Amino acid sequence: MLTVSDLHVYYAEIHALKGISLEVAKGEIVALLGPNGAGKTTTVKSLSGLLHPRAGVIELEGESLLGLPPHAIVTRGVAHVPEGRRIFNRLTVLENLEMGAYIRSDAGIAQDLQRVFALFPRLEERQTQVAGTLSGGEQQMLAIGRALMARPRVLLLDEPSMGLAPVLVEQIFETIVDINRQGTTILLVEQNAAMALDIAHRGYVLETGIVVLAGTAAELVANADVRRAYLGE
Amino acid sequence: MRGGWPDKLSPVDAVLWGFRLVVLVLVVWGTIGTVLAAKYSGEVWLDFLVFGLSQGSIYALIALGYTMVYGILRMINFAHGEVFMAGAYTAYFVADALARSGHLDRYPLPSLLLVLAVSMTTSTLVGVLLERVAYRPLRHAPRLVPLIAAIGASFFLQYAFRGLYGSGFKAYPEPDILKGVWTFAGVRILKTQAVVLVAAVIMMLGLYAFVMKTKTGTAMRAVAEDLEAAALMGINVDRIIVTTFAVGAAMAGAAGLLYALVFKQVHFFMGFVPGIKAFTAAVLGGIGNIPGAMLGGLFLGLVESVGPILFLDGLGIVAPYQLKDVIAFTMLVMVLIFRPSGLLGERLAVKKA
Ligand SMILES: Nc1ncnc2c1ncn2[C@@H]1O[C@H](COP(=O)(O)OP(=O)(O)OP(=O)(O)O)[C@@H](O)[C@H]1O
Ligand SMILES: [Mg+2]
Repeated sequence: MLTVSDLHVYYAEIHALKGISLEVAKGEIVALLGPNGAGKTTTVKSLSGLLHPRAGVIELEGESLLGLPPHAIVTRGVAHVPEGRRIFNRLTVLENLEMGAYIRSDAGIAQDLQRVFALFPRLEERQTQVAGTLSGGEQQMLAIGRALMARPRVLLLDEPSMGLAPVLVEQIFETIVDINRQGTTILLVEQNAAMALDIAHRGYVLETGIVVLAGTAAELVANADVRRAYLGE
Repeated sequence: MRGGWPDKLSPVDAVLWGFRLVVLVLVVWGTIGTVLAAKYSGEVWLDFLVFGLSQGSIYALIALGYTMVYGILRMINFAHGEVFMAGAYTAYFVADALARSGHLDRYPLPSLLLVLAVSMTTSTLVGVLLERVAYRPLRHAPRLVPLIAAIGASFFLQYAFRGLYGSGFKAYPEPDILKGVWTFAGVRILKTQAVVLVAAVIMMLGLYAFVMKTKTGTAMRAVAEDLEAAALMGINVDRIIVTTFAVGAAMAGAAGLLYALVFKQVHFFMGFVPGIKAFTAAVLGGIGNIPGAMLGGLFLGLVESVGPILFLDGLGIVAPYQLKDVIAFTMLVMVLIFRPSGLLGERLAVKKA
């Protein structure tokens, strides 16, 4: 569904992505792992159009996304939950969700709102609350729910577990599986490799801008390097 | 140091405290003097009040443009006063033609609405052009660059109008229905001032509803808060930015006509002082804050009209009214020093982070 090949991204003179390639098939959860500064955020920002790669290919079902502005990429069905949530603090919960559905004007919006509330009942209780006053976990729920309101075909999640208590992380990961079962393809960036590989079908390991390992989740979990570097053995 | 006495008074602090004290003493002393002298009747005070409010509502309309653009781009559009002038000046030609043909007095309401539409449309076009031509290419340049471009654009517009239409004052026609006074419950109000106040308040309420209740308005607030996250929602950020300029400019255009109705003349330089006053009002209310700009405008208008007599007449100053700009800019300086976040605003430093 989503194809990336030989992608090169620079920050001024810093060569952050040095020719990475990856593939996300329809219906999959694919994990993108790697240490701090590996280039995971850079990868997803390139996919959603926030960064402009110097060379390479990004295709969604055969159509190139390169050079498109972020809003055009959302329209094509790719939603991005950015690192650190980035919800609109001064807008209410409901307004945040409405902004998630900004590109839509169809009759299905109300139904999707109910779907988000079913996934995250806490958000329904807090609809009129100003989003900046939500707890960290609630903010992450809002960030994910907001992205779902665009009814994306592909969801890019950048470290959804960051800064959350273990119970909440587990809850968020269960929801990610739910979302995937309901038909959304997912690219999941995580530092929490154990949990990510637990729910992912396949995964890639990124180090200093290069894909150093790729395989099914089971293969990666069994890999000695992965076990040592990311699973704490 | 905030809240509570400083442990040690630095020379700068001492000067600042001295400044506060001097202003406070002057204001209190002047006020007492004026009140004791009782030179002015209640009716005169009421006149000042109404004049201040109508003048302030014009500042408020202009201030909205400064504050909305700042909210989104963290940039002061110093050419905004000229956006206001462009609308008023262009609408003058329509008003003049309507006055000559007699339509202005035969069909006053449609005529005035037409002049208003021309003023708002012209200002909107100028505001949108400014954004596209002068500011958008500089979006990623250092902050100082668009600021300088804005000052350049301001001169460009002033001298373009001067070149096209000359440097003289042009007398705005006054429709008959706005001449004279209305009496409400024994209170006499100049018709022009009442109309200005009511029109400005309607515009502001409309704008507020637009920003708070519509999808585009919500998107404006989203972009103002986090441009990148807004783009990830599928919001076309460039389009929202240009819409913001357009809406702010339309308000300035409306203010342009109201201003011309009050002062009955236009001039290529007419945008300068109201522009700076409105900027003061925006800072006063907390720049980036929409209700703040409205409140700041009304407050500045009031202080300017009541202040000279109230504070200065009692000090024995002969022509206190000549000093109203001194009062306005003293207020600007004091707000910038003592409360840069304005009456309703958040701290500037926090917003920039
Ligand atoms: N705006 C920027 N300007 C310059 N360099 C940057 C910028 N953003 C990221 N980098 C650099 O690019 C490299 C990749 O960063 P990136 O944010 O993609 O890492 P990451 O894998 O997401 O890390 P983390 O797990 O800490 O989020 C790093 O070396 C980083 O310092
Ligand atoms: Mg990252």
